[in-house]
Amino acid sequence: MALEQTDVEKIAHLARLHVSTEEATEVAKRISSILELIDQMQGIDTENVAPMAHSFDAIQRLRPDVVTETDQREYLQKIAPSTQDGLYLVPKVIE
Amino acid sequence: MGWETVIGLEVHVQLATHSKLFSGSSTTFGAAPNTQASVFDLAMPGTLPVLNEQALRMAVKFGLAVDAEIGRRSVFDRKNYFYPDLPKGYQVSQLDFPTVGKGSLEITLEDGSTRVIGITRAHIEEDAGKSLHEDYQGQTGIDLNRAGTPLLEIVSEPELANAKEAVAYLKKLHSIIRYLGISDGNMSQGSMRCDANVSVRKTGSTELGTRAEIKNINSFRFVEKAILHEAQRQIDILEDGGRIVQETRLYDADRDETRSMRSKEVANDYRYFPEPDLLPVVIDEAYIEAVRAELPELPNAKRERFVAQYSLSEYDAGVIASSREMAEYFEEVVTICADAKLSSNWVTVDLQAVLNKQDLEIEQSPISAMRLGELIARIKDQTISSKIAKTVFEAMLDSTQSADEIIESQGLKQVTDSDAIEKLVDEVIAGNPEQVEQYRAGKEKVFAFFIGQAMKASRGKANPEQLNALLKQKLKA
Repeated sequence: MALEQTDVEKIAHLARLHVSTEEATEVAKRISSILELIDQMQGIDTENVAPMAHSFDAIQRLRPDVVTETDQREYLQKIAPSTQDGLYLVPKVIE
Repeated sequence: MGWETVIGLEVHVQLATHSKLFSGSSTTFGAAPNTQASVFDLAMPGTLPVLNEQALRMAVKFGLAVDAEIGRRSVFDRKNYFYPDLPKGYQVSQLDFPTVGKGSLEITLEDGSTRVIGITRAHIEEDAGKSLHEDYQGQTGIDLNRAGTPLLEIVSEPELANAKEAVAYLKKLHSIIRYLGISDGNMSQGSMRCDANVSVRKTGSTELGTRAEIKNINSFRFVEKAILHEAQRQIDILEDGGRIVQETRLYDADRDETRSMRSKEVANDYRYFPEPDLLPVVIDEAYIEAVRAELPELPNAKRERFVAQYSLSEYDAGVIASSREMAEYFEEVVTICADAKLSSNWVTVDLQAVLNKQDLEIEQSPISAMRLGELIARIKDQTISSKIAKTVFEAMLDSTQSADEIIESQGLKQVTDSDAIEKLVDEVIAGNPEQVEQYRAGKEKVFAFFIGQAMKASRGKANPEQLNALLKQKLKA
């Protein structure tokens, strides 16, 4: 499966990455070669193989429902570019 | 040819854990902004999630309550999108292997009939923070206290046929999560939120129409209004020869309308993939059985028991059993007064009217179950009539006195002394010769007049049955 330049632009937009037009052609080629490998893998019969969710053959450990964190707002907000009334300020997200 | 509506609901329920889904931050509602947002919730590099056992248990509990398949091996996935109140850039959710699989929920409609609605799945996921769009120096304010709070997203099959069914489904869901104690279900505080997928199609058609997803519905009443409005909007478009666009719409309660939020074409590519920071969650039989043993008696079972044990009507039993708190209150009243029918009437009619008027939950009732039980006991042993009981009930609302104290202090004891009643009857008959003549001439309606006069003379305290019998007897003579 070959990727078009427009596919690359769309993926880059979703990932909020800046990819120039020249780069897009090159990136499309490189991703396409990865997809070829995937095409090969998809040719393999996996009918009786359960999908793998994780590369470790282990199961999730659970933690008890206990509050262990304390308020560190003041400390954490020292590195924030902008705060007010305890809020983190970010560029306006709606018009 | 008419149109029919098809509705599926996605309900987000905030699980009532103390700490967040993957971190040890507190989940208390209403804390000062960002005081419950730890390094993990802020997505600082190097932090890793550890799953909260209680959140998992609550999800399993819900699954068992709706007879669902429990995922023996559930997998968390990342749902990727960018928004400032989601610091990680992805929401951890469950896509292909949710903790709760197919189940069902029986809903009761207004006419008393029931329908079974399929539940597609319920998955565990984390909530995002809050964006405050008021003007903060021309910027948006972000509060991450809610980020990482555990949610259970319960997805119904598109099987609800109208707005009323959608409300009935939501109410049943609300009742069950409250019974289970897995969430307070408070819609106004956002601990239960509902998105509705609405589409319309020609009556009898089996194909689903293009749907719109309505977000931001935060009360039972709005669910009904938003769906009605949206279905009509779609019908109008189709009848004008237009096409429905698949999109997300926002319900505006003030204007009672839905409006387009964003087009889903580009934005809605979440690029899900398994969360590499979390391993699969394995649930064994022993765990499921342990959770099953914790299940309380659920609304349907309670309703049936109330019918069998107390001979209540299906309807009354259903109303009482719909809330765990009301059911407990009712049973306490019955224990004290030993009359289920009277208890049911007083709880669902008189007390409920007061609660509605004062906008109170039954837990905040101005009259405790014990005081109401004692009042009903006095009706039952004929100390007072039902009518006088209402007076006592009113008086109890504004005091902490018991029914007996009020009956005593206001002299409301019923007159059952037959001599006293006879004297009353004689006086009424003697005082109204004209009406007596009318009655004896066959105008039986006048009887009510005599009852009224006698009751008035006794200040409502005469025993109604005795009075009735004696009046009849004396008027005949």
